[in-house]
Amino acid sequence: MLGATGWFLDNAWLIPIIPGVAFALIILIGKRLPMQGSELGVASMAASLVLSVGAAYQWIQRVDDAGGHSEAGTLGLIAGFGRSLTAAQEEGAAYVQPVIRSWTWWESGGASFGYGQHIDGLAVMMLFLVAFISLLVQIYSLEYVRGDRRYTHFFAAITLFSAGMLVMVLGENMIQVILGWEIMGLCSFLLIGHWWEDEANSTAALKAFLTVRVGDIGLLVGTSVLFFGANDWTQENLGTSGFTIQGLSAWALSGEASETVLLWGAVALFIACIGKSGQFPLHTWLPDAMAGPTPVSSLLHSSTMVVAGVFLVARLYPVFWEAFSIPDVSVNFIVVIAGITIVISALLAFVQDDIKKVLAYSTVSQLGYMMLGLGAGAWLPAVFHIFTHAFFKCCLFLCAGSVSHSGSHHSFDMKRDMGGLAKKMPITAGAWIVATLALAGVFPLSGFFSKDEIIDNVGHNGYEVFMYIALFGAFLTAGYMTRATYLTFFGEPRGAAAHASALEAAGAASGRAGASPQNDASGHVPSPGGAADPALEEGRASAGQVGVSPLEDRAVGGLSSEEDDPADPALHGELATAGLAHADHGDAEHHGPHESPKLILIPVCILAFFALTAGFTNAVAFGEDWEQFKEYVEPIAEASDLEAAGAAPRASDLEAAGAASVRSGSSILNDASSHSVSSPAPVQEEGGEEEHASGCGYTAPEEGGICFFPAVSHAEFEWSKAALSLIVVGIGLVGSWFVCVALYSKRSRSLVGLTQRLAPARWGYNFLWNKYYLDHLYEQRIIRSIAHPIARGANWVNQNVIDGVVNGLGIGGRKTGGWVYRNIDQRVVDGAVNASGAAAGGTGHALQPVQSGKVNQYGALLFGAAAVFAIVLVIVNV
Amino acid sequence: MVPVLLAASEVNVALNVAFGVLAVVMIGAALFVVTTKNVVHAALWLVIVLSGMAAQYLLAAAEFVAVSQVLVYVGAVMVLFLFGIMLTRAQIGAEGNLNNPGWALGIPVALLLLGVMGWAIIDLFGDQTIEEAPGGASTQAISDQILSPYLAPFLAITFVLLAAAIGAIVLARKD
Amino acid sequence: MFAVNFFLLAAVLFCIGVYGVIARRNAVLVLMSVELILNSVNLNLLGFSLINGNIDGHVFALYIIAVAAAEVGVGLAMVMLVYRNRRSIALDDLSEMKG
Repeated sequence: MLGATGWFLDNAWLIPIIPGVAFALIILIGKRLPMQGSELGVASMAASLVLSVGAAYQWIQRVDDAGGHSEAGTLGLIAGFGRSLTAAQEEGAAYVQPVIRSWTWWESGGASFGYGQHIDGLAVMMLFLVAFISLLVQIYSLEYVRGDRRYTHFFAAITLFSAGMLVMVLGENMIQVILGWEIMGLCSFLLIGHWWEDEANSTAALKAFLTVRVGDIGLLVGTSVLFFGANDWTQENLGTSGFTIQGLSAWALSGEASETVLLWGAVALFIACIGKSGQFPLHTWLPDAMAGPTPVSSLLHSSTMVVAGVFLVARLYPVFWEAFSIPDVSVNFIVVIAGITIVISALLAFVQDDIKKVLAYSTVSQLGYMMLGLGAGAWLPAVFHIFTHAFFKCCLFLCAGSVSHSGSHHSFDMKRDMGGLAKKMPITAGAWIVATLALAGVFPLSGFFSKDEIIDNVGHNGYEVFMYIALFGAFLTAGYMTRATYLTFFGEPRGAAAHASALEAAGAASGRAGASPQNDASGHVPSPGGAADPALEEGRASAGQVGVSPLEDRAVGGLSSEEDDPADPALHGELATAGLAHADHGDAEHHGPHESPKLILIPVCILAFFALTAGFTNAVAFGEDWEQFKEYVEPIAEASDLEAAGAAPRASDLEAAGAASVRSGSSILNDASSHSVSSPAPVQEEGGEEEHASGCGYTAPEEGGICFFPAVSHAEFEWSKAALSLIVVGIGLVGSWFVCVALYSKRSRSLVGLTQRLAPARWGYNFLWNKYYLDHLYEQRIIRSIAHPIARGANWVNQNVIDGVVNGLGIGGRKTGGWVYRNIDQRVVDGAVNASGAAAGGTGHALQPVQSGKVNQYGALLFGAAAVFAIVLVIVNV
Repeated sequence: MVPVLLAASEVNVALNVAFGVLAVVMIGAALFVVTTKNVVHAALWLVIVLSGMAAQYLLAAAEFVAVSQVLVYVGAVMVLFLFGIMLTRAQIGAEGNLNNPGWALGIPVALLLLGVMGWAIIDLFGDQTIEEAPGGASTQAISDQILSPYLAPFLAITFVLLAAAIGAIVLARKD
Repeated sequence: MFAVNFFLLAAVLFCIGVYGVIARRNAVLVLMSVELILNSVNLNLLGFSLINGNIDGHVFALYIIAVAAAEVGVGLAMVMLVYRNRRSIALDDLSEMKG
């Protein structure tokens, strides 16, 4: 009936193999290759990307075929996600069997451990995402880490890192998932500690590794618990072991699973996800992980590593669904953790000076959104948020890297070394702004379609409190991203960002006649010519438009003329705040902020494009035709025939996967409008709040039927609800911007007279003074008056409450210990210990001559004793 | 001890005779190994013991083990010993103080052990005979055993050898 | 052929080896004595193999040969190290572990 699998789907297991092989090759022969192994990494990721796109395309065809429609899909916006098709759902589409192939790896004690592939919509989406992001990041790295002393090793590790994520995504069973999970853990350690000569870096790497390991224990425990709970059932019904993803999913939904086993298994697994995905108590490693090179942070925080935890929950969703009774409650473990994470980390982002740390906390917060969505039953929006978030967060990180690479001398400190870079780096700034707006969730950009859906669905599924928390989080997101944008790209250049200007100022002040007028005219960042800029920016910003082209025009002059500015090595060394081991660029061309090279800009631009458009792959707002994700990624919660389903996993071929769906009362439609209709005949109800009466995930499947995915519900999109979140985001953006601008203009007013009065030759002094004033204002106004109290509160909670609990435990322990010491230890135990010590000492002294230190005597004792004991044994036994 | 070494009626006399000759030579050589005053001589006596051992393996119908014994012990290990002796500058001639001051302690210990073991052996196997030396274990049978039921210890041995090789290099390296 | 033949020979060699380990002062000679002990164990294993009529003993004998080779390698390397550090391989000089 459906055998429309294709080569790409059948051989999707090649996708992680290719980078794995590339890793080995890079390690072995990388150093001898013309590009030191980087070409292998890039080529392998490109090959993986091609295979993933092929797999995605064939998966779409497969879903279409399963729906009874074989019309050729038209490739749409992104990698074939643009197919417009709705008819497939009208007659209750069957559950589309994932493409599962497995081979036995080893067997032990009756349990067989396989490896294989489990390709469904989620896996296909993640494969594409990981391969795509990894490819772009590697291309970016070609330039970013050029000349690094461990260039080859960097590419080897980052390739293996992607391979680990791909292995995990493909994983057919939990063992394979653990394998990929651990590969990533190891590689993250290697990559974060890439510049291990700096002790802070190696400490951060250790911290990341160990923190994640704390959670990993949960993964092992959870896997074991679920295995022992599920194995009998899966062996009987599916013929697979209790490690398989499909087996676990079906078991969890079968209604025969023990609640206790499910609950503890799910809690243990979620602890692993807390560690990996940086959720609340274990989020501390993520900001520290910024010690690694920027491409690593970007890869880590967009599509791999931290998403692994979210992915695991999405993958084993039936387990969590049942364990936490997601459809029936209004608060559970996952959403509480996620809600705390969203707010705590968003607040912390306000007080960071390091641009990457702002992004890191932002990632933590966004991961909280994903977890919140999953915890509240909004599976699809959460998965979609993984998709969109990867693009814009990767773009943001790469922009930050671009800024530090070309604009701020490897510094990531926004307050000291950035500011005003929009003029110097227009393309980077444009991409950053697009990604920022996407992250904030502004309407047509990708973040809106995913984040708003999460918020909407969370409320729809009965988790109202968390909906408001999420809305508050959206407000904060808009706020801190605006602050970061402002500090980095607008305002006055500071530190390294203004370095060229400072040089020129020094030149002008010392009266270097020939060059100074020329330099002044060209590199005029805070020069009198530039005094008008703030006003311009202000006007543009308050009008709400973030234009790139005007900035670009203006930057041309500055850029070109700075290139031939004579370098001053001594001053350069003095002012450079880099301090990084790899700061080995030619001084001549890096003495001031300028736009990054093409290899950096191209990935950034591609990502910005996706940040702009990725949302349209599931633009619920525009009606069903746009909901490609729901159609192709979300499994259809339809009970399958037991025999067909049971045959499929082992058959490793997909003829049996047709899975004639059981036409029973439990047929569930995934319709945009009606969620989980329980009647066989679908009735289009306008998002009615009917009871979840039956269906996969609500009631046990009928005899002979088997469920692989719960019938998640979908909220009806309403512009009125979207408007609320848009307004909140808008307030956040505009409010934060106005705070910045107001302060900025105030500073200008107080400075207008000053800059007018002073000679151009002395503007350097002004600049320094301005910088100080700016910092002062930020401290006084933005942070202290708006964000600081709350953020400090969050910090306080971090420091005092959590620490307090720990300290309290410690103090309690110490007091108990003191009492025990005085009363029990000293009198009872000590007496015994002293007595036995004295006895041991006496014996020891008596036996001291035996310990002659001579091997021969020891040998004699050994053999003699053996002989004596043998005689004793013989005598006793005979 | 009467029926042990040589005389037997219903058993293969030739085998027993060969065994007895070899055993006497081996015991004598082994005694020289532990008593000679010349280190190089000790190594050469050891060669005789090990070669005799290989011959005993042949009598026990263990051809493959016997060949391995010759290759590994007589070939490799003895060369290693000789190198070790030379590199540690032992006197080639006789040496006075090869024994410990307390060497005599060894004699009672060894005799005690011999007594216990000999008694146990004769008590257990004193009247047991091996009817006929079996056709012998073919190399194929041994490889079947090694590579299927005993694969895990085999792999472990490979790691032991690897570790020993690395360890020996690290220890003996001059730096 | 009597079964005890092999075992008694092995026992005699074993005891000679034990005597060597106890009596000898030179580290290389001690190692040689250890080889005697290991060989006698091998002979024992082959004897058991004969009695039981299977070849497991052969397999273990081979393993012991391999381990003995490793042991000699490491042992001699250690002896050389000791020699380089002290110009002597007399075992009774090595008594730092004296209690």
